[in-house]
Amino acid sequence: MRRLFVIILVCALIAGVGVGCKKAEVKPTEQVVNLGGIYPMTGGSATFGTSSMQGTVMAVEEFNAAGGAMLDGVTTTINYINEDDAGSPEVGASAAQKLINQDKVIGIIGAVMSKVTLAVAPICQSAGVPEISPTSTNEKVTLVGDYIFRACFIDPFQGKVMANYAWNTLKVKTAACLFDNGNDYPKGLAENFRASFESLGGKVVAYEAFTDEDKTVDFKAQLTKIKAAKPEFLYLSGYYGSTALILKQARGMGLNVPAGGGDGWDSPELVKIGGAAVEGGVFSNHFSKDDLSPKVQAFVAAYTAKFGAAPDALAALAYDAAGLFLDAFKTAGSIKGSNIRDAMKNTTFSGIGGAYKFDENRNPIKAAVILQIKNGQQTFLTTVNP
Amino acid sequence: MGQFLQQLINGIQIGSIYALIALGYTMVYGIVRLINFAHADIFMVGAYVGFFLAPVMAKVFGGAFIPTIVAAMLITGLLGFVMEKLAYRPLRYKSRLSALITALGVSLFLENFCSLPFVFGPQFRKFPDLIVTRQIAIPGNLGLIISNVLLLDVGVSVVLMVLLFWFVNKTLIGKQMRAVAFDKPTASLMGINIDVVISTAFIVGPALAGAGGILYGTTYGMLASPFLGIWPGLKAFIAAVLGGIGNIPGAVLGAYIMGISEAFATSVNSNLGYGIAFAILIGILLIRPSGLLGKFMPEKV
Repeated sequence: MRRLFVIILVCALIAGVGVGCKKAEVKPTEQVVNLGGIYPMTGGSATFGTSSMQGTVMAVEEFNAAGGAMLDGVTTTINYINEDDAGSPEVGASAAQKLINQDKVIGIIGAVMSKVTLAVAPICQSAGVPEISPTSTNEKVTLVGDYIFRACFIDPFQGKVMANYAWNTLKVKTAACLFDNGNDYPKGLAENFRASFESLGGKVVAYEAFTDEDKTVDFKAQLTKIKAAKPEFLYLSGYYGSTALILKQARGMGLNVPAGGGDGWDSPELVKIGGAAVEGGVFSNHFSKDDLSPKVQAFVAAYTAKFGAAPDALAALAYDAAGLFLDAFKTAGSIKGSNIRDAMKNTTFSGIGGAYKFDENRNPIKAAVILQIKNGQQTFLTTVNP
Repeated sequence: MGQFLQQLINGIQIGSIYALIALGYTMVYGIVRLINFAHADIFMVGAYVGFFLAPVMAKVFGGAFIPTIVAAMLITGLLGFVMEKLAYRPLRYKSRLSALITALGVSLFLENFCSLPFVFGPQFRKFPDLIVTRQIAIPGNLGLIISNVLLLDVGVSVVLMVLLFWFVNKTLIGKQMRAVAFDKPTASLMGINIDVVISTAFIVGPALAGAGGILYGTTYGMLASPFLGIWPGLKAFIAAVLGGIGNIPGAVLGAYIMGISEAFATSVNSNLGYGIAFAILIGILLIRPSGLLGKFMPEKV
């Protein structure tokens, strides 16, 4: 009796499996694929992470609302997955592993900080997953491999922009640099500035460093040395947190010369933390919300309405980076990394940063803007073309 | 010469904050022979208490600095007391290794719990301006400029240190603390309440660290994250070892030596500035492990 029961049970299970198999043959008309983003949501560049994520989300939503992409007759929309790299290369690398292996993303937008992108890029390159960084400006990033792109100018150009401004416009002959020598972006940018400034005939009289801006709050020892060298201009190539502290301590020691920097300054926290000490500072950036072109103004209005604050360069670049990727995805019509990569290489995408055209190292040829902190606000000074 | 003096002044300013933290390490070690790794995080809590309470204090009391520092000291003192009661007292007569691991655990707990968004949060905080900062040019032709914050740091530290010396040397409870640090079993036989003495050490030490946290916030104006206590705490611990762990004047001496060497080493090379703290630690352990002012206390069997 027992054996009969078992035989009936097994037959029922087999029949059930057969029924289940039949159901899977219906073809879907819609599908969702995953897109990953790796940004510093916490840590010293947290405002960069929030802006970048918001810009990316806006681009993804617009893409989905416009119908997504068509892959073999299947309407494909994007599910965006955001990961925090906490400004650390290790955390960024493990986020990339998770996105690629677990979430099977078709691409990664990120990271913000060059040192994190340099850790994420090899993982994407060996997995054949295209990556586009909105804002990593260190020149080594795209040299990792041909799946790695960026949406911004690179530091050799950025250093030259500020060197030219200091030499030609401010007419200073000597400068001093203070940078984080444990981080590729500030270190590389300071080197680029020094090379450009000296090739114009200037002299960098003090070239001081500190290690790890997350651990350093006291710059007085380095600033004392810099002050003794009597520079006419102070170039601070780091991020907004350390820059604000450095300027506060510099002004507190009586070092009142003009100060300049790069796109790491672009955050409302710079003025919040630095106060009057950062007033008058100039920095090179990718985007100014005061740009009068209709595309930029439309973006600014839409972003402000959605998120309650005006966009900074991080948001604008992330929006363009995601837009460019999704446009290439649509053109490629496939989730295969190599197809998307080829579509990206030949892109003719036009975003709020202008028309994107990649050179042989997958760097776009773009202009820079120079902004100044006036009355606690970022004001547009000028555009510099490459 | 001007640069030399300026670096010396920078070092004294850093050293003052290290001194307040080092005193806590040394007092606790002297009495319970435990390195309280969570002490650095009490310093951090003090700084954040200042961030959150300063606006309230300014509204209630008018001036913000003194009420804020008093409040921070009270809260961190209470935190130290609770920490001892919950985490260390149950392990008092067990192995010292257990207490050490517990101390590490408390430290990690404080750092990560405070990073949660509903506690202190992991983002940068601008520390409120408790005093109006002013530059003071030192007369003479050396071109030295100091900020009034420097005077505040050194002044407050010195006042608190003097108060501590009076407390430890001139009051009854201070005498009891010195007795327990010298010989705990005999002290208890003499009728000293060990629990009260230990709790007192765990209130006074952390209170000083809390004051250090307020000074840190006022000096640097920014709280990077709830992990900000790690590095100053490490250097203050080395300072306490340098001066002789368990020795109160030693902690102060060690802290100023650490601050000044850090300023000079950083002016040579920033990486050297980081390494100098550990070079000093290795040096003192090789040359004179009991510290500059410490006495070599062999175990008497």
